[in-house]
Amino acid sequence: MDWVLTLLNKLFVAPLVEIAGAPDLFIQVLWEGFVAGTLYSLIALGFVLIFKASGVFNFAQGIMVVFGALSLVGLYSLGIPAWAALALCIVIMFSLAWTVERVVLRPLVNQPDIILFMATIGLSSFLVGFGEFVFGGEPKTMITAELGLPSGSIDLAIAGGLVSLQKIDIAAALMSAVMVTGLAVFFNKTRIGRALRAVADDHQSALSVGITLQQIWVIVWFAAGVVALATGIMWGARSDVSFALEVVALKALPVLILGGFTSIPGAIIGGLIIGVSEKLAEFYWGPLVGGSIESWFPYFLALIFLWFRPQGLFGEKIIERV
Amino acid sequence: MFYREAGQFKTNYRDDLAIFPILQDRIAIGALLAFMFIVVPLIADDFWLNTVLIPTLIFALAAIGLNILTGYCGQLSLGTGGFMGVGAYSCYKLATIYPDVNIVILILLSGFFAAAVGVFFGLPSLRIKGFYLAVATLASQFFLEWAFGRIPWLYNYNDSGAIDGVNRSLFGIPLSEPYGAPYFQYLVVLTIVVVLTWIASNLIRGRYGRAWMAVRDMDIAAELIGIKLLRTKLLAFAVSSYYAGVAGAMMVFLSLGSAEVEVFDIFNASFPILFMIIIGGLGSLIGSFMGAAFITGLPILIRATPALVDLQVEAATAEHIQLMTTGALIIFFLIIEPHGLARLWHIGKQKLRVWPFPY
Repeated sequence: MDWVLTLLNKLFVAPLVEIAGAPDLFIQVLWEGFVAGTLYSLIALGFVLIFKASGVFNFAQGIMVVFGALSLVGLYSLGIPAWAALALCIVIMFSLAWTVERVVLRPLVNQPDIILFMATIGLSSFLVGFGEFVFGGEPKTMITAELGLPSGSIDLAIAGGLVSLQKIDIAAALMSAVMVTGLAVFFNKTRIGRALRAVADDHQSALSVGITLQQIWVIVWFAAGVVALATGIMWGARSDVSFALEVVALKALPVLILGGFTSIPGAIIGGLIIGVSEKLAEFYWGPLVGGSIESWFPYFLALIFLWFRPQGLFGEKIIERV
Repeated sequence: MFYREAGQFKTNYRDDLAIFPILQDRIAIGALLAFMFIVVPLIADDFWLNTVLIPTLIFALAAIGLNILTGYCGQLSLGTGGFMGVGAYSCYKLATIYPDVNIVILILLSGFFAAAVGVFFGLPSLRIKGFYLAVATLASQFFLEWAFGRIPWLYNYNDSGAIDGVNRSLFGIPLSEPYGAPYFQYLVVLTIVVVLTWIASNLIRGRYGRAWMAVRDMDIAAELIGIKLLRTKLLAFAVSSYYAGVAGAMMVFLSLGSAEVEVFDIFNASFPILFMIIIGGLGSLIGSFMGAAFITGLPILIRATPALVDLQVEAATAEHIQLMTTGALIIFFLIIEPHGLARLWHIGKQKLRVWPFPY
């Protein structure tokens, strides 16, 4: 029985003692998780936009993040000023959306979901190749200062210790908040937003009241592209810009199943839950099994949630009829 | 004119249940098998065997496994690579624990370990469907990748963290990579693949296959007509993972010689195999082979093209172009034939049947 007690102690007591012993460290880990979660939320957000409006499981969202960041850095290194490069990147994202709609979505309309999913994997492979072909494959540094983003960190005295917050992380959190609010206003108050919601609800009835599906698709892919660009800038500021990020971008997937594919609040809250819990798990429980459990822990957490709510926390209730 | 079933009557149940009911099909498959078993080992050089034929056959087996799960039973899975890894690692452990047992038997046995793991990770499929399930299968993929890298017992505490080939022979001839001759490895791989394909085709035509297809088409309706979902779905996961596991074991011991975790990760195994069954055709065995040949052959072809036209391309650039072309071709194929190469094959056969008339 001894080993059971030891195990229980290691699993449930020792980590909690550690947390209680060093609350400042705990807050630091919590903050790291919060920041990571913000980024996961942003990727998931772009994904939800597309899934809601077109029912496409857009695997390329993570790649679009890197592609946006890479184009920005690449254009800047060609000698274009930072603000102009940013504007150009938005144009690139728009042309990407337009091309995707023309070349990929339109010919594949009405095909089974899995075919469209495959097409977006093809798209991500193409974008990786294209991005590296044009801008080179070596990792690059994000032009943080040129874009007017803050750097350095603030040290706060909390709970008897120092907690250090990177300014760029604070900026990222603020920017995501602004972006989510902006999207919420856009969806609820504007004409196009209402059309988007109508399309998300039912394609055919949206068509029957005169909404052009193609146009809506270009708009959502563009919106997702802009979200991706913003995510890419924030992410690139924390690490190098390269397609190695695509593995990390896969983290947005458990966020999605946790929050539900069709829910914007789900993407945000899911992202935060995943981000915070994975960092806590990695820091306090990871050493027990050899570390690096970040790679699969979010999926298992999401699975546990799914076991009770198969449509995710905020997803629409699945009603099946024969 | 030449490919027509007119005049071939089925006079007993045996004929009716034949896998190839048409005489011409039987002749064609016989000729194909004779070609693959006798002519190919004689004429193919090591390059063809090592880089094209053996990988294609191994991937085709994994693709058949995934096709059973996704194409026939409708459960979208992104975890094939992980299950292949389970096969490979358990075969490695078996080979070190039982050095006297024949390697082919061990390869076939290691599939059962993959099947057990597959059943365990298939459990969520009872509650979760569609893309939610696809993401859930990623849990198994990432967990298994982590386990292969982090549990030293699995790779015998090697310094390299990789599993290396073992020296084993069959009928007294060295077989396993890197000791065996390519033609012999090819023959063994081909035999295993042909036998397992034959078993799969019978499974699919039989009671279980029909249950799988009913579940794929609508699982609630299938449940209503008395199909037990739990058993049917988990059986599909088991069979599928068995095939993937055998493919993984063959990949390490008959093709690569040694392997690290990266061989079985999501970008090197799971996605390419999913591409194979989509490009080849969901719910088609012949499609699995076509898709495997396409996805394995495409990069080789793209790499070989610049040399053919005397163009000097840097390795990195070639890699980028290869990624771009692969992506573009996949989209292109999906657009021209969303039902895969197998559908083109069927259209061709149908045209041949009515030839020289248009319909």
